[in-house]
Amino acid sequence: MRAQPAGAEARGEVVIETRGLAKRYRGTLAVDGLDLRVPRGSVFGFLGPNGSGKTTTIRMLMGLIEPTAGTARVLDQPMPRSARSVLPRVGALIEGPALYGFLSGRDNLVRYDAADPTADPRTRRARVGAALDRVGLGAAAGKKAKQYSLGMKQRLGLAAALLQPRDLLVLDEPTNGLDPQGMREIRGLVRELAADGTTVFLSSHLLDEIEQVCTHAAVMARGRLITQGPVAELSAGTRSRLAVTTPDPADAVRVLADHGVTALAESGQRVTGELPADPPDLAELNAALVAAGVRVRGFGLERGTLEDAFVALTGEGFDVAG
Amino acid sequence: MSRAETAPGGAGARREGADQGAAPAREPVEAQEHAEVPEQGRASGGDRERSATAVPRAPRLLWSLGLFRSELVTVFRRWRTLALFAVLAGVPVLVGIAVRIETRDGSSIGGGQNGDGGPAFIQQVSNNGLFLVFTALAATLPFFLPMAIGVVAGDAIAGEASAGTLRYLLVAPAGRSRLLLAKYASVLAFCLAATLVVAVSGLIVGFALFPVGSVTTLSGTTLPLSTGMLRALLIAVLVAGSLVGIAALGLFVSTLTDSGVGAMAATVGLLITVQIVDSIPQLHAVQPYLFPHYWLSFADVLRDPVPWDAIGKNLGLQALYAAVFGSAAWARFTSRDVTA
Repeated sequence: MRAQPAGAEARGEVVIETRGLAKRYRGTLAVDGLDLRVPRGSVFGFLGPNGSGKTTTIRMLMGLIEPTAGTARVLDQPMPRSARSVLPRVGALIEGPALYGFLSGRDNLVRYDAADPTADPRTRRARVGAALDRVGLGAAAGKKAKQYSLGMKQRLGLAAALLQPRDLLVLDEPTNGLDPQGMREIRGLVRELAADGTTVFLSSHLLDEIEQVCTHAAVMARGRLITQGPVAELSAGTRSRLAVTTPDPADAVRVLADHGVTALAESGQRVTGELPADPPDLAELNAALVAAGVRVRGFGLERGTLEDAFVALTGEGFDVAG
Repeated sequence: MSRAETAPGGAGARREGADQGAAPAREPVEAQEHAEVPEQGRASGGDRERSATAVPRAPRLLWSLGLFRSELVTVFRRWRTLALFAVLAGVPVLVGIAVRIETRDGSSIGGGQNGDGGPAFIQQVSNNGLFLVFTALAATLPFFLPMAIGVVAGDAIAGEASAGTLRYLLVAPAGRSRLLLAKYASVLAFCLAATLVVAVSGLIVGFALFPVGSVTTLSGTTLPLSTGMLRALLIAVLVAGSLVGIAALGLFVSTLTDSGVGAMAATVGLLITVQIVDSIPQLHAVQPYLFPHYWLSFADVLRDPVPWDAIGKNLGLQALYAAVFGSAAWARFTSRDVTA
């Protein structure tokens, strides 16, 4: 694989590539035949219900556990064999933060930084300070970590991943335990990092989160990869629905049906329906409603969501683990 | 709809599909989400010309020593370590006070039974305070000191695993062999520090409560106080060296489990078992291979001239334990799955 010059071009474009990756725990396959490709520069959402094998996959990618079968390459090098040269370029938050409660937030980061043989001790203080500021913990840096709230611990875990400039960030459920404000901040931070060119591999079971920040996504269930690709393509399979808000739903249904809208559904003041294969101009459709005396309060297309795509793919409720 | 073409433009751009109808009114929900998602001027083509590239950094030998320093700081800053030191420092104080009270009226220790009771050298303490150092080391070596080592060594890897910090050290990447070596080094440093705590405490209490002078050796010769002090230092180092074996054993146990408390308990349990086996005469065949068997050989330093035989056997046995269990710990730790 490495010796082939033809593969050289393709390699640079992919930061994580697995082939037939599998992990067996006491007879059961936690991960089964995983072929994952994470393009460089993407914000890659890694989706799946709890227990679907996401964390096991991440642990294999980070060299913490040995795959039962298959290969994994991270930043063009095989894992776990090249862990020493790969991992300094990777920032990771795996299964929540883990801290030394008896050390301050700052000393926790100093310890993690000291464990990296490529980290320059002369710039350690400055880098730790910058990472703390970046996650909004500058003021609480001197506090003992055991006094931190879950959200603060999560931020400190993120700060540890940001101690160095990274090529790849692997964030396992980064907004876990955060309040809505904190979630927004973290999403903003992820976008910021991605804009700087860092590839972000983001695992989550929150579809909304993936949809808001990710360019690409993969869906896992019961240890298998169900699909992967750009987020747009994943949810493109589901049709958009026309939604009209009006106090005259009966009239609206009649007019829309006349214009070829199918599968009309009416609930309260809301009418939804599927546009025909050759859709009419939506402006004309709206004008026709108004001309028929329908008081239109809202009019628009509801895009198919990732959740629709997910349910279509798995045919099951999202949090049902296998 | 048109999501495929807008998707790489960032999350904000993807929402545009909803507006396509140029409708006069939009769902209020849509407007809200627009406010939440800031626009990103990031295009898919631009991703490859990356504005900030992490420069590949090479590990440096000197920098990798940072882990050893960090390890030492982490061990010695824990309250648990300080509490263990306090207990160890308390032993010479208790022994010193007890001897002082008992010999206040000029009688000898043990009520004249000529010393089957109490640790070695305790009879000499009231004559020479320096002997409190030897007494304290002899009193703590069978149990207190190895128990403290068992706590620290047992917790070394398992404690990090149960706290979850192990996975972050490994992805830092600390490197498994380097981390294990740093852990063993810090446990050995703790062995030396713990022994010195006992010795220094004994020295201070001995000098404060009892007369101090030239040292009468077990062979009957007399050494000047300065030589006696040097011998005391040598004894402290030998006692610390006697703990090398249990340190390696504890570290090995620590790599077997993800429970810090479990590893500590198992190590201390092993210590007690081995001590019991070592005291059963019928089991004398195995006793020369038990790590505590030659522990009290340090008393030979107080003979004149010093017979190095048993001391050498003790150090050799400790080195053997360190090699065997160190290798076992390395084999286990470098191959195991870290799932905690």
